Amino acid sequence: MDFNLSKEKQMCRKIYKEFAEKEIKPIAAEIDENCEFPSENIKKMAQADMMGIPFPQKYGGAGSDTLNYVLAVEEFSYACATHGVVLSAHTSLGAHPIYKYGTEEQKEKYLKPLAKGEKLGAFALTEAGAGTDAAGVKTTAKLDGDEYILNGTKIFITNAGAADIFIIHAMTDKSKGTRGISSFIVEKDTPGFTLGKKENKMGINASDTRELIFKNCRIPAENLLGKEGMGFKIAMATLDGGRIGVAAQALGIAQRALDETVKYVQEREQFGRPIAKFQGLQWEIAEMATKVEAARNLVYKAAKTKDEGKRFSKEAAMAKYYTSEVASYVANKAVQLHGGYGYIKDYPVERLMRDAKITEIYEGTTEVQKMVIAGSLLN
Amino acid sequence: MNIVVCVKQVPDTNEVKIDEKKGTLIREGVPSIINPEDKIALEEAVKLKEEFGGKVTVISMGPPQAKDALIEAYAIGADETILLSDKKFAGSDTWATAYTLSQAIKEVGEYDVIFCGHQAIDGDTAQVGPQIAENLNIPQITYVMDLNIEGKKVIAKRKLEDGYSIVETSQPVLLTVLDDLNIPRYPSIKRVIDAFNNKESIKVWTANDFEVDEDKLGLDASPTQVYDTFVPTSDHEAEILEGTVEEKVEKLISKLKEKKIV
Repeated sequence: MDFNLSKEKQMCRKIYKEFAEKEIKPIAAEIDENCEFPSENIKKMAQADMMGIPFPQKYGGAGSDTLNYVLAVEEFSYACATHGVVLSAHTSLGAHPIYKYGTEEQKEKYLKPLAKGEKLGAFALTEAGAGTDAAGVKTTAKLDGDEYILNGTKIFITNAGAADIFIIHAMTDKSKGTRGISSFIVEKDTPGFTLGKKENKMGINASDTRELIFKNCRIPAENLLGKEGMGFKIAMATLDGGRIGVAAQALGIAQRALDETVKYVQEREQFGRPIAKFQGLQWEIAEMATKVEAARNLVYKAAKTKDEGKRFSKEAAMAKYYTSEVASYVANKAVQLHGGYGYIKDYPVERLMRDAKITEIYEGTTEVQKMVIAGSLLN
Repeated sequence: MNIVVCVKQVPDTNEVKIDEKKGTLIREGVPSIINPEDKIALEEAVKLKEEFGGKVTVISMGPPQAKDALIEAYAIGADETILLSDKKFAGSDTWATAYTLSQAIKEVGEYDVIFCGHQAIDGDTAQVGPQIAENLNIPQITYVMDLNIEGKKVIAKRKLEDGYSIVETSQPVLLTVLDDLNIPRYPSIKRVIDAFNNKESIKVWTANDFEVDEDKLGLDASPTQVYDTFVPTSDHEAEILEGTVEEKVEKLISKLKEKKIV
């Protein structure tokens, strides 16, 4: 396996790094504190063609691949995990299902503005009684002439308050269980579609997470994505890709926590010398660094496997499971090694620890990733 | 409007090591960037193209690795980029560099505006832009901090040490710009991908590809020879005052009185 990034990707990474350093890092603490969605930066990302990195240019994308997109999510998350998840949910969850399952007309109408970053995307599967167990979806879609009528409520939807185009999963035939789920493209401001309360979260506070409420919401029948009953398959395949994005987000958080700690322990003096001189602490740093490096290899490998057109469910699940746990581990250690300073908001590690936790939960908990991994080995 | 922008790839730090024998910078291992003011020049050129139409050609002289700077220039919005790279150009001072760039600009053909950054962060000479204007026998406006183009008229605000002046001339013109002029955009990821897929996007010219007098190229033709290069040292000593704010203020006042400043 070639561990070197191509020159093209090295250059893209340099651009993402510069963007993160100049545009994202300076506002990260403030937007976390104020729970403020980074709309201005999303516009700037669109201007630099960063909102549709893996999609072909004929659909408005940059014409690159998953690995390049992973580098962007990683670098942005290094500066601010919210920017990472906005890009990841938009690209992998909002735009990708249309690219993979949409008709040419749907791609023209919805994928193009998403990939150009003119519109923001979101994805909704989770409900109060359905998350990991997708068969519990209660939102319904009933065909009525040339329209579907949606009823139900989705919860915990990333980008909800800022998104323009939503991928909604609803039951078209309850009797068929998961085979009765279908996917739909729904535009914001469709009559009968409203946003519910904004969640007050532990971390990634600048991301806009809300309920979506459908009350007799009529959408054109042509907005069905794929065929009726394909929704579960579309959702699972989409989440496979999404997990690579979350893993990249976790990687960015972990790397930042490591770098902040390496810097701090060399500056902080106790007993007349920098605390980095203590061997016990050196071992902690070595462990953190090794885990981050191992995580990076898993994340890049999952992305490369997808780019090669191979099956990548197991690789994505391994990358997401391992990297999210590494992010929490490294961020937790970072706070510990910063001592009291790690617990106050003057240093970024406090935010990193809060932001890291969600990567173990969304787009499939660690436990779900283990089910996917074991399933791929034991069948 | 046909616009030419001259850019230089420079090391991305002031902490570069110096080759003591040659008196030049050691570039290996130091990340390289487009000289910041050249990026401002490129941004202005791309903005003018977006407003008035036309074409932006970016020219750089440097070693083969300077191609990276041109890929970035292409990703920012240049239509054509040309790297002048030949061992014969090596060791050029500002005079030989300006000569080589001027000959390349003549080869490119018609131009209305030529943009250069006011100076490069690795040399700080601010000579290449004005020398190109002299070679091409066109007007030049230096230290441009604001710019207005009305038809063939060019009105520029020049930043001076004690204020500014407003100068008007007509095209063709060479402008050297300051970082007050604009905030450069980020390169487009899509155009980076295009640049790597389309090898034609970066042309490389050797001394055989355009008309040059070989006696005017490189180190031998350079009237400036580097006599010595050194890292400047400061003979001023700094003292950091310790204590509470009140104590520090008190100490500062007594120091100022001691020096008879207050």
